[in-house]
Amino acid sequence: MIEIKDLTKYYGDLCALDHVSLTIEKGKILGLLGPNGAGKTTAMRILTGYLSPTTGTVIAKGLSIGDDMLAIKKMIGYLPESAPLYQDMLVFDYLSYVAEIRELGPDEMIARIKELSDICGLREVMHRSIHELSKGYKQRVGLAHAMMSDPEILVLDEPTSGLDPNQIVEIRDIIRKIGREKTVILSTHILSEVEATCDRVVIINRGKIVADGSTDEIKKSSESEYSLSMKLRGADEKRAREILSPVDGVSEVLVEGPAGAELSLRLTCDTPEDIRDRVYRKIRETDWVLLEFRQESKSLEKIFRELTKEN
Amino acid sequence: MMGTGNIACIFKREFKVYFISPIAYVVIAIFLVLSGWFFFSTFFLYNQAQLRDFFSLLPIILAFIVPTVTMRLFSEEFNVGSYEILVTLPVTLRDIIAGKFLAAVAFVSIMMAPTLSYAITTASLGDLDWGPVVGGYMGSVFLGGTFSAIGIFSSSLTKNQIIAFIVGMVICVALTLIDKLLFFLPGSLLGLFEYMGADHHFQNIARGILDSRDILYFVSLMFIALYGAHLVVEGKK
Repeated sequence: MIEIKDLTKYYGDLCALDHVSLTIEKGKILGLLGPNGAGKTTAMRILTGYLSPTTGTVIAKGLSIGDDMLAIKKMIGYLPESAPLYQDMLVFDYLSYVAEIRELGPDEMIARIKELSDICGLREVMHRSIHELSKGYKQRVGLAHAMMSDPEILVLDEPTSGLDPNQIVEIRDIIRKIGREKTVILSTHILSEVEATCDRVVIINRGKIVADGSTDEIKKSSESEYSLSMKLRGADEKRAREILSPVDGVSEVLVEGPAGAELSLRLTCDTPEDIRDRVYRKIRETDWVLLEFRQESKSLEKIFRELTKEN
Repeated sequence: MMGTGNIACIFKREFKVYFISPIAYVVIAIFLVLSGWFFFSTFFLYNQAQLRDFFSLLPIILAFIVPTVTMRLFSEEFNVGSYEILVTLPVTLRDIIAGKFLAAVAFVSIMMAPTLSYAITTASLGDLDWGPVVGGYMGSVFLGGTFSAIGIFSSSLTKNQIIAFIVGMVICVALTLIDKLLFFLPGSLLGLFEYMGADHHFQNIARGILDSRDILYFVSLMFIALYGAHLVVEGKK
């Protein structure tokens, strides 16, 4: 559906995208993750024709952004970051303006605006001026704007930013619904959002793709490392280190809690095999009381932090 | 002909927006007060039923007023960020510029429309020669269009409306006064500068003489300014 080929973008000397290649299938929701300034917005802006790449190209449905930008723009609905809408228009006027540019007929336009106002919950603000709206409502108007022509590709730059938790759930539902038939590309900082909505995650850091796959795949790929957290009564820090460090498979013993009556420990394990038996047997040899014992696989957050760590 | 549809869309929006904000009415009021005062303060002294004084002052007034009309056209979009939405809608940059340009020309024409009452008043006072009046208004539209194009060009340079206004105003004023400021130059050079000046061509048309050279001058200036805006905006990609 969309093929990003060797895309590079420089702002002066600053490299925002560094030879990025990516193929996006139809009917999938793709989440772009990355820290600030990683190149998510730049990639979206190139795809939607706001910026042109320094080198490389994007092919969408056989059309390239260099030659057929107008045709590509027709099949893309785009919501830029923080929805920079015309401040001086009424919501209804704004949506009709977009509908007109999107070449909807007059009857079709009214029906579509009604439909979108239901989907995005805009009924009460239809005749308010955009500059009066709260950030959440602006975001919803922006979403309605992007979906106006029922586009095949929906590009959303941080679609849920500024929304309250109820709205976030609603918008996610909408996005998931659209994503069944259409291609959705969204960027976000919120990791739980990616886990909740996206079929595929691409993590970008410093203009490069550092991970690509479903959330499960990404988690699995780095699951060779996990940790065991435990709480012990009657143990002291020094002895705990002496006893637990030599256990096969433990790479590090971290003391997390205050060393009082209860000691919280985290063992980092560098082997895929289950070493809980061994650790438990070691503890049984002592007179400590084991209060808690839990295996933790890495969260997406942790993986994200590791992949995008600044050196 | 989908291009014209898009131009019409953008034209309609821009034109409407002018009248949503109070600035439009303020600009129209200032224009009418200025032109009316300059015109009528000497009108009865000459005791002649003609609008020549009005049209001789019009270029310099327009050189100040038109850039206030056009300064927001791109600068505001860049500043708010709405330009990103506009340019990712299925429209070409050419359509965007054409729509905004036509909206500015339409606004400037409407701004000047009430001055037709000066002509009617004058005609009621004496025997008015309508030839130069018709020519004057035609020239005003050409001049307003040219200044609008220049204003759009300066608006495309920056996201700061004040800078856009100042740059536009300086270019327009320079074009209006260039032949009057350089009177000390030798005659042959002066002719060249006179040809470059907008006032010279405007006064030709305002005399009621429609010469293709004058029209060509205005049309080519508009084209150059709008094409310049196109290059500047395209270069931001």
